[in-house]
Amino acid sequence: MEHARTEPNYMAVFYWLAALTAIEVGVTFLPLTKLAIGAMLVVLAFTKAALVALYFMHLKFERRTLALVAITPVLLCIFLMFMLVPERFIAPQRAAEVPQQSTTSR
Amino acid sequence: MSQAAAIRITPTEPVEYSLTDTLGKLGMWMFLAGDAMGFGALIVGYGALRFFSPNWPVPASVLGIGLTALMTFILICSSVTMVKALSAIARGDQGRMRLFLLLTIVGGLVFLGLQAYEWTHLMTDKGMGITGNPYGSAHFGATFFVLTGFHGMHVTGGVIYLICLLVRGWLGKYSAAHVYPVEIAGLYWHFVDLVWILIFTFVYLI
Repeated sequence: MEHARTEPNYMAVFYWLAALTAIEVGVTFLPLTKLAIGAMLVVLAFTKAALVALYFMHLKFERRTLALVAITPVLLCIFLMFMLVPERFIAPQRAAEVPQQSTTSR
Repeated sequence: MSQAAAIRITPTEPVEYSLTDTLGKLGMWMFLAGDAMGFGALIVGYGALRFFSPNWPVPASVLGIGLTALMTFILICSSVTMVKALSAIARGDQGRMRLFLLLTIVGGLVFLGLQAYEWTHLMTDKGMGITGNPYGSAHFGATFFVLTGFHGMHVTGGVIYLICLLVRGWLGKYSAAHVYPVEIAGLYWHFVDLVWILIFTFVYLI
């Protein structure tokens, strides 16, 4: 049993993805602060990821609840990121112990 | 509810799945959500190690951005051919489905070949390893190889998956009425592409 598939313009999505990739590489050469470049790259990357998820993976045309399944790992990873912030306060000591060259056992 | 009505061996009307039209698609999405957590944990862990490290090299000065941008483009192209394969079989076009599946497999293999070349170049010419490198923190090499290696394993598995799909396609298992196996494989392949888009940004560009 086949339900009617709404087909987006796949080639248009492809051109956007290709253009965004080129823009991403170009942004790294801009004379801006690392923070500004980083922020732009994150936005560009997530836009590309969203395009792939929504159109190639057909998420835009599925039930909304499926999008909740898909977005859950993103939310959990953001939570994970904030969970690692306390590491900042004990990290400086650990970072000093990181071996510079080849293997050393701790 | 009476005793008789409470016992039903088979449903008398078509069962409507609440989330997706097939359980297979839902199963794949659930698997991908879990897989995304795996990659997410690796990427966030990499981010934490890098952010708190005093001597992390600038990735663009060590890693080849041009080659990797090409790899990203090839993987995006393979996602397009995958979606075109699905589009073809949805129309009942067996020939074009096989062609686009083959192109997707080729794209995946080219990506893996370039990855292997990049790794070899980094290990032999630039002395990067999983336990140390001449550019700074040992975590730089470790996180790079673990992240790209984990992803490369997923691409390898995906290529094998697609080859099996292509063989079954040749045997005529798919049609306009039975596209779901192709659709589900497509979901996996697009996920692999999506993860690479994120890895390319966070490991190579930032």
